Amino acid sequence: MAAPKASLHLVAPVWNGGTRGIGGLSRVVAPEGNQKKGRSLLQFLADRFYDVEALRDHLLRKRVSKVHQKNRPFNHINQRYGPYVAGAYFILKQGGAVRFQGREWIRPNQRGHFSLDFLKLQAVPVEAVDASGCAINYQGLDSLLALKELQSLWLQRCPHVDDWCLSRLHPLASSLQELSLAGCPRVSERGLACLHHLWNLRRLDISDLPAVSSPGLTRILVEEMLPSCEVLGADWAQGLKLGPEEQPRDTAGPIPA
Amino acid sequence: MLRRTLLLGLCRGPLGRGLGTHRGGSILGKVEGRGGYRGSWMAPSSSSVTFRTQDPAHDVKTVGRLGGGDRDGKMSEIKKKIQSILPGGDWNPLYDTSHLPPESSDVVIVGGGVLGLSVAYWLKKLEKPRGAIRVLVVERDHTYSRASTVLSVGGIRQQFSVPENVQLSLFSIDFLRNINEYLAVADDPPLDIQFNPSGYLLLASEKGAAIMENNVKVQRQEGAKVCLMSPEQLRNKFPWINTEGVALASYGMEHEGWFDPWCLLQGLRRKVQSMGVLFCHGEVTRFMSSSNLMKTASGEEVNLKRIHEVHVKIDQSLEYQPVECAIVINAAGAWSGQVAELAGIGKGPPGTLQGTKLPVELRKRYVYLWHCPQGPGLETPFVIDPSGTYFRREGLGHNYLGGCSPTEEEEPDPGNLEVDHDFFQDRVWPPLAQRVPAFETLKVRSAWAGYYDYNTFDQNGVVGPHPLVINMYFATGFSGHGLQQAPAVGRAVAEMVLEGHFQTINLSSFLFSRFYSGEKVQEHNII
Repeated sequence: MAAPKASLHLVAPVWNGGTRGIGGLSRVVAPEGNQKKGRSLLQFLADRFYDVEALRDHLLRKRVSKVHQKNRPFNHINQRYGPYVAGAYFILKQGGAVRFQGREWIRPNQRGHFSLDFLKLQAVPVEAVDASGCAINYQGLDSLLALKELQSLWLQRCPHVDDWCLSRLHPLASSLQELSLAGCPRVSERGLACLHHLWNLRRLDISDLPAVSSPGLTRILVEEMLPSCEVLGADWAQGLKLGPEEQPRDTAGPIPA
Repeated sequence: MLRRTLLLGLCRGPLGRGLGTHRGGSILGKVEGRGGYRGSWMAPSSSSVTFRTQDPAHDVKTVGRLGGGDRDGKMSEIKKKIQSILPGGDWNPLYDTSHLPPESSDVVIVGGGVLGLSVAYWLKKLEKPRGAIRVLVVERDHTYSRASTVLSVGGIRQQFSVPENVQLSLFSIDFLRNINEYLAVADDPPLDIQFNPSGYLLLASEKGAAIMENNVKVQRQEGAKVCLMSPEQLRNKFPWINTEGVALASYGMEHEGWFDPWCLLQGLRRKVQSMGVLFCHGEVTRFMSSSNLMKTASGEEVNLKRIHEVHVKIDQSLEYQPVECAIVINAAGAWSGQVAELAGIGKGPPGTLQGTKLPVELRKRYVYLWHCPQGPGLETPFVIDPSGTYFRREGLGHNYLGGCSPTEEEEPDPGNLEVDHDFFQDRVWPPLAQRVPAFETLKVRSAWAGYYDYNTFDQNGVVGPHPLVINMYFATGFSGHGLQQAPAVGRAVAEMVLEGHFQTINLSSFLFSRFYSGEKVQEHNII
């Protein structure tokens, strides 16, 4: 439900013969903040006019379809140059960085342009992908899963990577050694449970995940789940509720809640 | 201005009745008044609502603050009354009918659980033009205290033996993944169904190994991501399992897991209300139908019935409202058999089509929640033992949910939802402790019971119209896997209603006529 409009003063609308105009309908007393005023004005109008509502829905749908467009697969590149080049192109187009086996990192510059020299590296597998901050989502992972020799994957601060995406990573189990999910707002402990497929994983970064309910306990459980993996995450005692007498003397060991 | 609004209110009487539905002080949706005026009225909850009077010298803001407390109370009452008289309010000069359903509705859906709401959603989504169909959902318990949806363990899997079931599950998981695109309501927060993608692990003994291999082949053909594991691989992956007696295991890698059914139900309810579906808190007590004696192509005489009125009895009252309808959808879950009997299905000599009842009945199932600190870790899938016992993890705190389906002889009495704890001791715990040795020391924290809408014929759903009562459609009988197939079944029924045939997933083998012709669609993997 919308927040209570306590400061909104409504006057009885005047029947004005079928014309729908803003003028003469009602007076809006703006709440605090210019941005809030703008948003609540849009909501107020959308509640009363079907065309404003349609416009707002259209803008929302456009935003969603922009993300979908960014994650489309590049089938023609895949057919012509192979899966490694297609995957690399996909990542570079999103704004991430790629490293082929035995080469340096390839990054796009400030304006998003990158050189197309890697197009000749058709048989060279991709070893590391840095997709930090990119708008990669469930569909976009199609291009990444084709990189069978991927060893290191960084998905830091990706806004659309969620539990569903993590459940899709199991085809990379034989090669993936390093995975970083730091700062992803949608990843929760339920998605971390399906990382146990990645038996080759040596380094896992699950720090700063806002959707995880108890970060310390989750880190302990993930460490138990992946015994040969080094897990970087929250402090073990973080998120535990202590009594007023108990003080966290030794924060390195798990304190029973 | 005040005089004019009072006049408007008084004149609204006859027009108000003709609109046919009284939504009362509903916050959602737009109310159409006369001509082109559109507005949405909030139930006046704060005394800051003011109204302009003719006297310009009268300060608008001070109207609500005149005098002491008593004056304030009276003023707010007067304001409420005037608010209800103005267009959009629920004032009716004769008597208040806001609790009654409308006098007519194109589609009446009996049952407001996840299947009923899913059918309502897809009807509204697939209808052309927009707003063409009026849908009414009749639910007799708004707290959903005995509904199978909310008491369910919430799992979703593709590991079935019937290909249609696999397709239904695959579409449903797609729906759940994109739930915020399907069920988005403007200005409301996005839904979080708390999906755990941990997968299902089905174990098979020597006897069932061949069937399991066959099933996995069918599932892979339809697109499910399932892999077969030998006992050796099982021990490597899940060291807490005791693989004695296990010959083969099938493990779902993706698209399987469990989620929160209450969240799905509320999301559907919210979206469906925003699309304009009407809800009624009442119980269907009677169907008025008319019959037509017709001849088939081969010359046989058939009595075709058509339901043209549904009597909805209002909760806790003797009042009932006859609702004229074109189509009735039976999504009453475990009570679908009783609703079908009301429509006269099964009243005839046994062995004929008229005498074929809807074989859906109530079956009680128990679910137990226990705590085991040494239990399996975070990676635990939803494990199903060959004996039929199942369990899964719940949350981060080493809590587990599980149960077992009783055999036909030990079926508990479905009259109430009391839990039998001896059942856990005798039938659930021994196979659990044998399969997972860590479960020898566990402590049961709580338990509950729920109903399966059990199809005694072949434990698979009934979808589609009845051959004789031609405007009653079924969406029921899923015997424990209704929740996970609800979005896809809803779409199939909506397609059947709007187009007359299944368009996306072909569920012709799930029609009612199989009960008469005897063609069982037996599902082997039922828990």
